[in-house]
Amino acid sequence: MKNKPVNQMRLEIESKSINEGFARYAVSAFAAQLDPTIEELADLRCAVSEAVTNAIIHGYRGTSGTVYITAKYYEDRTVKIKVADKGVGIEDIKQAMQPLFTTDPSGERGGMGFAVMQSFTDKLAVRSKPGKGTTVTMTKKFAPRD
Amino acid sequence: MLTADIKIEYDAQSQTLTLIITGEIDHHSVGRLREQADRELAVRRPKELVIDVSGVTFMDSSGLGFILGRYGKAEPLGATTTVKGASPLIHRILRLSGADTFVKVLK
Ligand SMILES: Nc1ncnc2c1ncn2[C@@H]1O[C@H](COP(=O)(O)OP(=O)(O)OP(=O)(O)O)[C@@H](O)[C@H]1O
Ligand SMILES: [Mg+2]
Repeated sequence: MKNKPVNQMRLEIESKSINEGFARYAVSAFAAQLDPTIEELADLRCAVSEAVTNAIIHGYRGTSGTVYITAKYYEDRTVKIKVADKGVGIEDIKQAMQPLFTTDPSGERGGMGFAVMQSFTDKLAVRSKPGKGTTVTMTKKFAPRD
Repeated sequence: MLTADIKIEYDAQSQTLTLIITGEIDHHSVGRLREQADRELAVRRPKELVIDVSGVTFMDSSGLGFILGRYGKAEPLGATTTVKGASPLIHRILRLSGADTFVKVLK
């Protein structure tokens, strides 16, 4: 990955669940400029959906806030996506990233969002400060195409 | 397009409740699916639950939560849960979570 992106986009959405679909399609439409495979794009869409959903459900806990999304791509076909919120933050990031770990009390969440992001991209990094918010950075390198 | 629909089929003979889901299962769409599915589960009390996802074009961990949640309601009724028509991506999510060890997954 080179330092200077070939192209980049920035998107701010309100923390409403109806924007989850919009956000994942907006990012995948941007990444589609690299002409990835359908599978690569589907993986990316799923990973973005996880991060945006987490910001809305956990970060803002259903209250109103802004989700900040940036996407960049580089000469070597690497896409880098950041999803950030200014919500409650995560106390113990390592624990939160464990598969099956969830703080959701409803019994309707599997605690698999981070595991999906990890498995569907090449690299996942999570930065968070309690009371300040969370930033999730995902990178995925698309295979060469001719 | 960015939403999901659910159609219900019930076979009284085999006491099989089938939830036919189409569209995109995410946190936004899953609430309505859950409501309808749980209403049917409570009324029918089936011996077999089939979740047909062959018409699902997108699913993330919210969809996994939906499947696990319905399994959690079906299991106490003595019902088995089968996920039918799983795409490679859905299959991967089920495998990643280990859900495929207690729900049957069919292509
Ligand atoms: N943006 C965020 N802000 C605050 N907490 C977060 C954020 N993202 C994740 N978390 C915390 O990390 C936990 C694990 O997240 P993960 O996405 O893996 O599972 P989940 O959202 O609980 O369930 P699932 O994604 O399977 O529906 C969450 O339960 C929550 O406590
Ligand atoms: Mg999640």
